Amino acid sequence: MTLVKGDSVINADATPPASSGARVTLENLVRTFGKVRALDNLSLTIEPGEFMALLGPSGCGKTTALRVLAGFEQLDGGRVVVDGQDLSDVNARKRDMGMVFQSYSLFPNMNALDNVAFGLRMRRQSAVVRRRKATELLEMVGLADQSAKYPHQMSGGQQQRVALARALAIEPRVLLLDEPLSALDAMVRAELREQIRSLQQRLAITTVFVTHDQEEVLSMADRVCVMSQGKIEQVASPAELYARPATATVTQLVGISSRVPVTISNHEVVVFAQRCPVRSGEGESLTGEADVLLRPEDIAIELDPDGSGFVTRKSFLGAMTRLVVQVGEVPVRVDVRSERAAEIELGQRVRPSIIARDVLVAARVGSTPQA
Amino acid sequence: MAPLSSGSVFDVAQAEDEAVQPYSSGRPRRRVRWWRGVVLLLAGAYFLIPLYAGLKFSLQGVSGGFSFLAFQKLPSAPGFSAALTLSLKLAVATMVVSTLLMVPTAIYVHVRLPRLRRMMDVVTILPIVIPPIVLIVGVLGVFPEWAKASPYLLSFMYVILAMPFVYRSLDAGLGAIDLKTLTEASRSLGGNWLKTIWRVVLPNIRPALLSATVLTLALVFGEYTMASLDLWTTIPVWITQFQVSSDGHIQVAASMLGLVGTWILLVLVVSLDRSQSRRSRRRQGVS
Repeated sequence: MTLVKGDSVINADATPPASSGARVTLENLVRTFGKVRALDNLSLTIEPGEFMALLGPSGCGKTTALRVLAGFEQLDGGRVVVDGQDLSDVNARKRDMGMVFQSYSLFPNMNALDNVAFGLRMRRQSAVVRRRKATELLEMVGLADQSAKYPHQMSGGQQQRVALARALAIEPRVLLLDEPLSALDAMVRAELREQIRSLQQRLAITTVFVTHDQEEVLSMADRVCVMSQGKIEQVASPAELYARPATATVTQLVGISSRVPVTISNHEVVVFAQRCPVRSGEGESLTGEADVLLRPEDIAIELDPDGSGFVTRKSFLGAMTRLVVQVGEVPVRVDVRSERAAEIELGQRVRPSIIARDVLVAARVGSTPQA
Repeated sequence: MAPLSSGSVFDVAQAEDEAVQPYSSGRPRRRVRWWRGVVLLLAGAYFLIPLYAGLKFSLQGVSGGFSFLAFQKLPSAPGFSAALTLSLKLAVATMVVSTLLMVPTAIYVHVRLPRLRRMMDVVTILPIVIPPIVLIVGVLGVFPEWAKASPYLLSFMYVILAMPFVYRSLDAGLGAIDLKTLTEASRSLGGNWLKTIWRVVLPNIRPALLSATVLTLALVFGEYTMASLDLWTTIPVWITQFQVSSDGHIQVAASMLGLVGTWILLVLVVSLDRSQSRRSRRRQGVS
């Protein structure tokens, strides 16, 4: 896993530039669908110019939160405040929020230029202004030469870039991105991801980005709000989220981890015959039987004919190779440098050890947690 | 900006195609489905034989030979022009009321009440199962005299009769586009419902709208029971009255003219739609 390396860390730790972006405050949002509580007293503040990602599994409420912010969903409780103005009862069309949707949402009867100019037309801008602004925005997303094309004549990536230009044309207070990359293939997705991030930083526009793709989140967002069952699990920078996940849910959602059964005693656990302190967080109050959650890079292995594990699988990832080491009943993922992995054969016995300074524990799957 | 498509992928696919070719037996074998032709022939005969009979009869002269006399006499036949004008007026009124009523309803059901779609399917089909005579007798018994004195009361009845066809056309058209996303996109850009319907929804369901319009037109020009009981001489009523009183050839000529007229209108409407689509796609710049 290379998510915390290179640009990702730089992006994650970047301070949002001073901007005219809006401050968004979600206060105790409640939204229910029948018996399902999609948003359960959700509170979150997004700073001006910040790129906030909402991450979580399907049904966690992230899209509902975005739709509430856009004005497409009515609230059962709570408030949406933008720059001190309560927008809870304001119609979606008067909220000044640009939105890019998951499915291609360009108007099929309009060409790219007319699509981008649509919001300006609704704001009664003159034809000259509409054309100038729409052309500028298409240039900004690299599609100036496609202005006369209709949606059906463009690729998915091009359509989403036009949709982005269309959302930005109205100079929105907040840019809302509802999984805009999920329908694209990997290469286009990576390219558009960089383009969105670079545009957002250039324009310093407050942005809320919904996704279930951890790679997108870690590479694009200033901060990430991890959600589960309508509630916030953790709000942190991508680097912090990866390195110091507050809950087992966050650990499972961000990065890869292996669960190893342990017994907690005096805030310590013994993993691979090695004593490790328990990391502060959700599981620090647990005692007795639990699971320790280990990142692939938390573990090192040594070739040892008497080692407690043996290699069952190798996956080449470029600079790193991921090994699956069977330790007793438990398969454990370990990342090693590829040149070193080349020396390791499948079935070879190894001795795993923990190189992290502390470990995160969680209630054992299928058991009742003991406090 | 790097190119989004990769030539190498295409090359590989092409190479694979070429690699497979030596193992294929050249031209793919086509199974002859002779029964399809038979079914087509039977269905064609079922529709065309009555039309042929009607056309032949209308083109028959007094002496039994070929003649356009019936068609020539038609415009000057007593009551024909008035009946045609009335039918056209009723058709236009029905199309307008039907569109104004059904388009927002169908959009509302699709966007806000998608769970009601099945119920709407049932409700909108009711006019087909309720005989027109039941509807018109009820209406004539209930409505005040001033309403019955206007032929446009028929239009409102025709709206009900046309509802199954109009709603289904619109339902299919709206189902073919991502209506929810398009309307939300429009609203987030500042469009109110009226502008969203006018600028975004209607242009994208134009074929469905045209189909609904043509069906409504055909229905109005073919409806007899209600017009006859409401004592208005529309084209179908005139045809039957004329048959009783005068020349059967003219009556059949009127029927054939109505049929051909509807077909011409249908072709015209479809061609107009196609040329407009082509023109708007060629159009450049902000409108």
